[in-house]
Amino acid sequence: MSEFLIYKLILVGSVFGITLFVAAYSTYAERKVAAFLQDRVGPDRAGPFGIFQPLADGMKFIYKEEIIPVVSNKFLFVLGPCLAMLTAMMAGVLIPWGNTLIIGDQVYSLQIADLNVGILYVFGVVSIGVYGIMIGGWASNNKFSLLGAIRASAQMISYEIAMGLSIIALIIMTGTLSLGEISAQQAGGVGGDWNMWNVVYQPLGFLIFIVCAFAECNRTPFDLPECETELVGGYHTEYSSMKLGFYLFAEYINMFVSSAVISTLYFGGYNFPFMNDLGLDHNTISIIGTVVLFGKISFFIFFFMWIRWTIPRFRYDQLMNLGWKILIPLAVFNIFLTGLVMILLK
Amino acid sequence: MTLNAFYFLSFLAIMSAIMVVLSKNPVYSVLYLIITFFCIAGHYTLMNAQFLAIVHIIVYAGAIMVLFLYVIMLLNLNKESEPHKSNVLKFAATICAGLIMLVLIGSLKGTENMLQQQPAAADIGLVKTLGKVMFTEFLLPFEITSVLLLAAMVGAVMLGKPESR
Repeated sequence: MSEFLIYKLILVGSVFGITLFVAAYSTYAERKVAAFLQDRVGPDRAGPFGIFQPLADGMKFIYKEEIIPVVSNKFLFVLGPCLAMLTAMMAGVLIPWGNTLIIGDQVYSLQIADLNVGILYVFGVVSIGVYGIMIGGWASNNKFSLLGAIRASAQMISYEIAMGLSIIALIIMTGTLSLGEISAQQAGGVGGDWNMWNVVYQPLGFLIFIVCAFAECNRTPFDLPECETELVGGYHTEYSSMKLGFYLFAEYINMFVSSAVISTLYFGGYNFPFMNDLGLDHNTISIIGTVVLFGKISFFIFFFMWIRWTIPRFRYDQLMNLGWKILIPLAVFNIFLTGLVMILLK
Repeated sequence: MTLNAFYFLSFLAIMSAIMVVLSKNPVYSVLYLIITFFCIAGHYTLMNAQFLAIVHIIVYAGAIMVLFLYVIMLLNLNKESEPHKSNVLKFAATICAGLIMLVLIGSLKGTENMLQQQPAAADIGLVKTLGKVMFTEFLLPFEITSVLLLAAMVGAVMLGKPESR
């Protein structure tokens, strides 16, 4: 029992650390990608190629003056960024970061908890993620913050529906809600054992899901909650110092987690082509699988940035039209299509 | 362990439910209500009903309460704009709430025997079990509920439509 606890603690600790590390370096990557796409150099002062930039940014955030507006609701003002950070970190426990490791005759799973309602848990975490923004925006007692918070909540609720519907089609196909099982079902691939990733069977579902993921993370082209041309800074207008840092950081963690969820649900998770034809032992395959998963995640994080620096922001009514009049009917159509094909193939 | 968790969750749930009523600020009331919902979800988990717990969080804490908060923030309710309630209204509300409590206590009294007869199976709250029961034994109530929801949805759309003239 104690051994089990220690192993879970190590796993939780390392997932926590890796999440923070990846999020910190996503800020660096974002600036480098932006620089690359705009034909600039980007940050290059702190260390070689500027790789210590996240450390410098973090230091700066901590040393900046902490301002809590007098007219704000102080408790909720502090609670806002805490909640944003907390809900961002929560979904990481469900992701299968790799296959099992066999040490001695013990089998260690690289997933912290394989709940049998896995996807729904992720969905629940996403749906309570809006509280951090709403509470922070309201507690600031500033009209721009409030407008940003209200936009954020309306946007997230609208896109949650389409996201849920797109996942339902996937669940019909896989027949399970557990992320661990969904990953395991996509094992193999090109090579001796022919098997395809879910994206091949669910291209429409994947498209809807990734669009909704952009909206849920408040990333461009859907970053209306912090639209600076209309709302100064949106829900975090009044925030300064590390509390602002938490909000910005939570966005990068959300991006990391949603990239991990997309990779797991639609792109085979820790599986890679030819994995059973290499003739390596189980543990080596598992470790390579984890590295491959992080490769996929990195690609999707890059994809998030790529879109951000390519496409301008939507107008708010366009955003709502896209969510309610295009994505939701498409997702319902996708469910019908999946059900029909499933019955015909039976 | 389970018993301690039960007492802790119950205490938290009842305290925050009381705070929902006592809070002067409507935003605080909503936040306490969210805590109450999380406690109830914890109770579901203790009873091995994971699916119910997570759906409870998604639907109540994640959707309905967000809309509540949304409306309250948009209306910007505060003490000055609160409508004054007459004593007759308060009296009527107290009687209604008391009657509802009587009904709830009455229904609790009937369940004493049921608990003894059916020991809960470990997999009673899992998605598979729930789905099987819902689509076989309780198919008709399930379908009727969905029709009810559809009617509510159509009604909401009708109310939200701009009047054409």
